[in-house]
Amino acid sequence: MTLAAPSYDDVLARYAPVIGLETHVELGTASKMFCGCPTEFGAEPNTQVCPVCLGLPGALPVANAAAIEATIRIGLALHCSIASWCRFARKNYFYPDMPKNFQISQYDEPLCTDGWVDVLLSGDTYRIEIERVHLEEDTGKSLHVGGATGRIHGATHSLVDYNRAGIPLVEIVTKPVTGTGARAPEVARAYVTELRDILRALGVSDVRMEQGSLRCDVNTSLSPLDSPVWGTRTETKNVNSLRSVERAVRSEILRQSTVLDGGGRITQETRHFHENTGQSTPGRSKEEATDYRYFPEPDLVPLAPAEEWIGQLRGTLPELPSARRARLQEAWGMSAPEMAAANAGALDLIEATVAAGAPPEDARKWWLGELSRRANEAGEELAALAVTPTQVAELVRLVASGAINDKLARQALDGVLAGEGDPGAVVEARGLAVVSDSGALTVAVDAAIAAAPEVAEKIRAGKVAAAGALVGAVMKATRGQADAQRVRDLILERLT
Amino acid sequence: MSDLVRLDAASLAAEIAAGNASAVEVAEAHLDRIAATDDRVHAFLHVDADGALTAARAVDERRSRGEELGPLAGVPLAMKDVVVTRGLPSTSGSKILAGWRPPYDATVSARVKAAGIVMLGKTNMDEFAMGSSTENSAYGATHNPWDLSRVPGGSSGGSSAAVAAYQAPFGIGTDTGGSIRQPAAVTGLVGHKPTYGGVSRYGLIAFSSSLDQAGPLTRTVLDAALLHEAIGGHDPADSTSIDAPLPALVTAARDGARADLSGLRVGIVRELSGEGYEPGVLAGFAAAVTLLTGLGATVTEVSCAHFGYALPAYYLIAPSECSSNLARFDAVRYGLRVGDDGVRGLEEVMSLTREAGFGAEVKRRVILGTYALSSGYYDAYYGQAQKVRTLISRDFAAAFADCDVLVSPTTPTVAFPLGARVDDPMAMYAADLCTLPASLAGTPAISVPCGLSDGLPVGLQIMAPAQADDRCYRVAAAVETAVAGRDGRPILAAAPPV
Repeated sequence: MTLAAPSYDDVLARYAPVIGLETHVELGTASKMFCGCPTEFGAEPNTQVCPVCLGLPGALPVANAAAIEATIRIGLALHCSIASWCRFARKNYFYPDMPKNFQISQYDEPLCTDGWVDVLLSGDTYRIEIERVHLEEDTGKSLHVGGATGRIHGATHSLVDYNRAGIPLVEIVTKPVTGTGARAPEVARAYVTELRDILRALGVSDVRMEQGSLRCDVNTSLSPLDSPVWGTRTETKNVNSLRSVERAVRSEILRQSTVLDGGGRITQETRHFHENTGQSTPGRSKEEATDYRYFPEPDLVPLAPAEEWIGQLRGTLPELPSARRARLQEAWGMSAPEMAAANAGALDLIEATVAAGAPPEDARKWWLGELSRRANEAGEELAALAVTPTQVAELVRLVASGAINDKLARQALDGVLAGEGDPGAVVEARGLAVVSDSGALTVAVDAAIAAAPEVAEKIRAGKVAAAGALVGAVMKATRGQADAQRVRDLILERLT
Repeated sequence: MSDLVRLDAASLAAEIAAGNASAVEVAEAHLDRIAATDDRVHAFLHVDADGALTAARAVDERRSRGEELGPLAGVPLAMKDVVVTRGLPSTSGSKILAGWRPPYDATVSARVKAAGIVMLGKTNMDEFAMGSSTENSAYGATHNPWDLSRVPGGSSGGSSAAVAAYQAPFGIGTDTGGSIRQPAAVTGLVGHKPTYGGVSRYGLIAFSSSLDQAGPLTRTVLDAALLHEAIGGHDPADSTSIDAPLPALVTAARDGARADLSGLRVGIVRELSGEGYEPGVLAGFAAAVTLLTGLGATVTEVSCAHFGYALPAYYLIAPSECSSNLARFDAVRYGLRVGDDGVRGLEEVMSLTREAGFGAEVKRRVILGTYALSSGYYDAYYGQAQKVRTLISRDFAAAFADCDVLVSPTTPTVAFPLGARVDDPMAMYAADLCTLPASLAGTPAISVPCGLSDGLPVGLQIMAPAQADDRCYRVAAAVETAVAGRDGRPILAAAPPV
């Protein structure tokens, strides 16, 4: 007999979830972690490689100072202690996309330890404790060809691209997060969102989950509410969007509860999340876990960041997203949900638009409304749109002055995005100004009345609401450039 | 045999600079010598005649244009195959790298070329530098020019044999636990292991990263200093390279050749003698101590209590590091690939390749090291060995508080017969008893010929504190002068013709 899947709320009434997140961030340094190769995304396979990142016999690593600096800044932003002395370690395992068959990472001496980050979830604050932040090198990428799934099973051959091999990677590991109950999936998502905003504010990474520069593994376990011990955890990989973070935790909670309800045991394993189904499938079992044979990397000297340097780096920290959001919310007089919709990138743009003279509400409305929609359609980041905050402020000003209405403003925006110049110039060149000249409008109104005598008759008979049809006709005739309220006034003037 | 091949490197450089011989003539003389003798010696894995002549011609052209040339320009050199050379085979004595031609030069290779030194080819070695006899080469053993039935030492036995057989005036070796000093001792040459970090490791096919060092194998102390200065000094491509100028090594060698060591405090390491040391070696060593006293040095005995643990510590650290360093030989990107029939999976191909491509000693050490690093064993083995390493360094520090240099025999025995120890790894490992402490401590040590035992050369090891390589050269040059004075000729001159 198959048990009916219990509802999420029912599960959370009986089980307490514990989550943990391991986030990998590709740093945006100009060169790789241990060599001088460039790090640009999307280059021809195996064109950004050298003896060092290919792990050729004899080649040796040299640590990238900019990456160490970025890692310390991340640690400081996450309220971590920074090690005064630590070493890289070799993590030994075989995989074809790892050139040396060991990864230079950190083991028992991470650069940053014991931090925290607060995440806000509709008014409630959850403190996520950070276990460690360490620096390592990324692996290459395997492309499995010939199978149905693009995964190694069923593939006829594999191609390896080493462009990514050696790109600096920071791993940020939380301590187990407890006490979130049913909100565990949302908390997980909010944490990754907050982390992404912090990293973006630090300017250390482009944090694009879809390109893999921010990658997240989600650990989940369930235990009965009254149990003093945590359940066996699983690790879900391939969680490639913020939405997936939430879905992955939720689906794993449901899956584990079904197993537990059926009297089964949770296997400690790695699971693979599928975006399309929202479900995960089992991967490698941790019970046959690899022994990584960590030992201190003898090719590198220990890191010993001086107190003074750490102090200087602390001085370079930007205002962090949570503080900034609180400050801007206060300054702009907005509600928490209104602010919550804006990520760090959007806040930059809104703030710059406000600085260029636009009222905060209008700036927010443009960037989170029309412009976000267009960015989504184009599959681009908001900041990548070909419009500047100054231009948005000008649009806002033109609307406020009555020179154009919202509809015309969107047409003006089309022109700006098409590279036709600033909004004022586009309005002029495209002839988008609102027609408020009574003479021209009167002609249009008279024509509309003449064309629809039966409607005019209704209005004369007191059915003022019928005026809408005539307003529409006039707007159509003036290609949207008339001030609708003015048109309505003129019609009623004439017929009542 | 051309007279040119009898000259040491400094003399050859002087002949070339004076226009008495062209670099091409010098290169040809050595290539001829290799052609005439290497079927018996088997010092070279790859002779690059074209490359050598091209490099020699370039030196001659530069000289004819009146360009300023370095002190070793035009002098031929034998390069150990562990050093990566752009476009030339670099196998590290292993089948697994057969056919691989590296796309880059090791820093040592680049500096050799920049100095106008003419590389004759790549020399034989124990596979991945693991061994003390060169019998672990995948390409056959090298023979000691003093007695072709004996080993030339190892792992740099190809370079030591080439230099001792007058195929090259000098060579590059690498030393992880004694692989320069021990071959030098058993072939009557000078061999120096620099301070760890003194010569760049970039482009040395790694055996044990925390121990490997490249250095000179030469017929004279001065040549060793000249070559060391040419290849040494800071290299930003090697993080463990020392960012400080080299001491004045050539000056120290010239100074030492004046044979005055007045005021020098010499310590004899008590633990590096006794059981297991051949009487002839101990006699040669005692005679060297007499020479030191005669040169004005004060000689005392010192105790370094932990040196006895150097061998077990070394045979945990070096295999551990090599088990990781050799993991990259997996048939994916370069080198040998066995069994890739389109049906077998990656792991099986990797496994077949490593089975076929690695020799027995390499496998032994990879397995040993893999075990020593395993979770649950790490502390007892690798961790413990690192502690021993610290204790050995402390022994050195304490001894150097009272002594300027420490001395010992370089090897417990003279060159042993080919095949004598191949089935007894522990006996083979014992060849490095005296050289291991300086390797573990990262301190410099030189071997200089000091006598003969039954017609075979005996080496004196001179150890100095880190970054005091100049002391090694000064004392070695004084001993070299004194030995020649005592015997009426240098030790190598006693070698029978090949």
